Amino acid sequence: MGATGIGAAIPRKEDHRFITGKGRYVDDINRPGQAYAYFLRSPHAHAKINRIDTSAAQNAPGVVEVYTGDDIAADKVGGLICGWLIHSKDGSPMNAGPHPALAQGKVRYVGDHVAVVIADTLAQARDAAEKIEVDYEVLPAVIDLANAQSGAQIHDVAPNNVVYDWHLGDKAATDKAFASAKHVTKLQLVNNRLVPNPMEPRAAVGEYEEGTDSLVLYTTSQNPHVARLVLSAFIGLAPEHKFRVIAPDVGGGFGSKIFIYAEETICVWAARKIRRPVKWNCDRTEAFLCDAHGRDHVTHAELATDAEGKITGLRVSTKANLGAYLSTFASSVPTYLYVPLLSGQYNIPAIYGEVMALYTNTAPVDAYRGAGRPEATFVIERIVEMAARELNMDPAEFRRKNFVTQFPHQTPVIMCYDTGDYDASLKKAQEIHDIAGFASRKAKSESQGKLRGLGYSAYIEACGIAPSAAVGSLGAGVGLWESAEVRVNPIGTVEILTGSHSHGQGHETTFAQLVSDRLGIPIDNVSIVHGDTDKVQMGMGTYGSRSGAVGMSAIFKALDKIEVKAKKVAAHVLEASEGDIEFKDGKFAVKGTDKNADWGTIALQAYIAHKFNGQELEPGLKESAFWDPTNFTFPAGVHICELEVDPATGSTTIEKWTAVDDFGNLINPMIVEGQVHGGIAQGVGQALLEGAIYNEDGQLITASFMDYCMPRAHDVPSYQVGMTTTPCPSNPLGIKGCGEAGAIASPPAVINALTNALGHENLQMPATPERVWKAAQGARLRMAAE
Amino acid sequence: MPTVTMNVNGRQRSADIDPRTLLVQFLRENLRLTGTHVGCDTSQCGACVVHIDGEAVKACTTLALSCEGSNVLTIEGLANGNELHPMQEAFREHHGLQCGFCTPGMIMTAVDLVRRKGNNLDEKTIREELEGNLCRCTGYHNIVKAIAAGARNMSSMPQSKAAE
Repeated sequence: MGATGIGAAIPRKEDHRFITGKGRYVDDINRPGQAYAYFLRSPHAHAKINRIDTSAAQNAPGVVEVYTGDDIAADKVGGLICGWLIHSKDGSPMNAGPHPALAQGKVRYVGDHVAVVIADTLAQARDAAEKIEVDYEVLPAVIDLANAQSGAQIHDVAPNNVVYDWHLGDKAATDKAFASAKHVTKLQLVNNRLVPNPMEPRAAVGEYEEGTDSLVLYTTSQNPHVARLVLSAFIGLAPEHKFRVIAPDVGGGFGSKIFIYAEETICVWAARKIRRPVKWNCDRTEAFLCDAHGRDHVTHAELATDAEGKITGLRVSTKANLGAYLSTFASSVPTYLYVPLLSGQYNIPAIYGEVMALYTNTAPVDAYRGAGRPEATFVIERIVEMAARELNMDPAEFRRKNFVTQFPHQTPVIMCYDTGDYDASLKKAQEIHDIAGFASRKAKSESQGKLRGLGYSAYIEACGIAPSAAVGSLGAGVGLWESAEVRVNPIGTVEILTGSHSHGQGHETTFAQLVSDRLGIPIDNVSIVHGDTDKVQMGMGTYGSRSGAVGMSAIFKALDKIEVKAKKVAAHVLEASEGDIEFKDGKFAVKGTDKNADWGTIALQAYIAHKFNGQELEPGLKESAFWDPTNFTFPAGVHICELEVDPATGSTTIEKWTAVDDFGNLINPMIVEGQVHGGIAQGVGQALLEGAIYNEDGQLITASFMDYCMPRAHDVPSYQVGMTTTPCPSNPLGIKGCGEAGAIASPPAVINALTNALGHENLQMPATPERVWKAAQGARLRMAAE
Repeated sequence: MPTVTMNVNGRQRSADIDPRTLLVQFLRENLRLTGTHVGCDTSQCGACVVHIDGEAVKACTTLALSCEGSNVLTIEGLANGNELHPMQEAFREHHGLQCGFCTPGMIMTAVDLVRRKGNNLDEKTIREELEGNLCRCTGYHNIVKAIAAGARNMSSMPQSKAAE
């Protein structure tokens, strides 16, 4: 099965439906008799609602119902939750303000949900929404992180708009390292606010089945079981056994479709009230306003080094903008997904990080591709690069000198790196990139009046998230295992039911490759079932590059049980003792004889159950497993960005990109490389193009693709991708995960290259032509003088 | 409500529609051809690209009534029965898609690009011509490869089919 098994770069099974227009996304689903929901959203960033008059809208053509916050309060619909409890330095729990699905008395950001109109057609719902009269009393808006603590209070429970004031690490030991440092490098940076923008906007169809008194929700979710759990146990719409959540084909997520939002809550709640299916489809501007945003940090960092150029300490202080409400996992992102990654690939004896998380009158901020880890990597990879420059050391050599080389390696901030070979990735990246040729390429650029720069980024991330008990001790409200069920049919075909969810990652192919490899059957005989809580019992979904390391490990474990059971059946069929049965390449054989039976025969015998006593051995061939990881996984690698700046216009062209990653073992290298490509483009977008900008009144002035600069094909280069491999020791397949690496590694690589080209460090993301042009003027004068 | 009639994927289709109905709504909601997607509403992302009388057009900013009497080709009509169009095959072969949402628009744009620029497309041309199509998953690397390969493979197609 080498041709389609583990390690084979085969085309994807799921592609046929997508390239022929036969994918089935939520907006493609229409239920008989469905009505359409349209949300009236707040035009103000911060305002009291004195009165809402919906009477004209109620009487508009086609309108079924208009609901406001009063209606969900009357029905005791619970608020949206944040599922990770963070405690401040003083031990107090975070200040989590209420988050109703429709505003109650107050709106807190532009786009906040004021009312919903449900009508026979979307056009009628939209038209009727214009007839709703809302009496707002506008309050001062808090937009800037810098002024958030002194601004108007957004939630009654949060004085000074502080969500929490948290820290991690040994402050005294870190201060001591700085006191005896030979050199201290200081860095002030902004990690710009981003809008995830999967190409498929969010959508939901809620349905009530009166005969069974049960709910069905079709939703664009990365984790339908978690959505059901939250909507059921916390928001209280229906108990789980009366609630089916289906996430069919989902058009990208990047974190933004992990969360449980107001819109799907309202659709499924309203469907029961009006006894009709209710459909909502997000338009792009609504997505800009209301999908959870990413990043948005302001950070001061300091790095201590000794006389030999060894790093002795790192001190980081960050303000994190969490927006107007705490989204589902918002609190974990700038804390446990951030500071524990600040050690990077380096042996740093003392680290201290403190994070002040603040409310502002902006969209909620939560996990976006990488979630905390890109923010950490940007800090450590920028400051390491700067330190090398200040110490007049080659940036690669400075990194090499400080790399962790012994494993396992316990950092001062929770993480225990299990394995890796950071120098191998650096060496390979330098070879592929032709570092030796950089000087002549730079000279050529300069002869044409251009500035050329080269930047490294040696990233590490923590994936798979994570051992359930460990995350529980850090405040997580859920476990982070994954489940799998293997159903072998009587003719030997196999269905894999998984709690992972594919929204572009290619699980239908890679998971089938694992099964094909293991059972010796063609991948076309394997189907992957996911995204439906009525089919898959429970699961935690897909984010944090966890579907390979955790999701496939659960499948692997279930396949172990299948093999044990199938061998028992084979022993009866082949009239041998169980211990003498060997299973290889899809055949069961009796050790030392030529007696054997193929996979399909044993599957059939398991079901017809003629050859064994059904009281001693249960008929059938179906097993399930839950896999709880024993550690995070630690993918790591080196990216090198080489770019050219035109100082006359400030335009930046990426000329060359090399990525060498250690993801452990690979199931399908083609898919893995695709994940790297996509991640790099998102990181380049952050570094050069993207930024969500609110004006001082809290209006989002980048609320369409005309204003928010998404990376397009001509903004990015082709990428050179290489791999090194140290198999992950904490899961049976040796997988580390690859989904976020590109987005984590790339922003510092770009900014390190740009600052290298420009000859100074003062450049914030996104490095737009305007910013680069301003920063380039010094260099331009220097060039003119030479 | 006015009636609109057009030929979609080789079939005459007709419906009474609200005059403000967009072509993409007509295709998705009246004809249930859901392969054409809406990703942005502002003609930026290109997930809605179809061919009208042989040319690539964004269906999210085209009124259905303006297509009266036109020949419209959508992603569902691109393959020749069970035989994939070379551009579809190239996207599969070169992993030019991940979540698949932008893919129909990308493929329809790419086929139009070959009609306009020929079968030998260099990387720079392809990247510039994709100005109107956004993908958030692939980083474009494999889309560019797929379009170059698909364009080459289209040269062996019968002239009439390639022109569509």
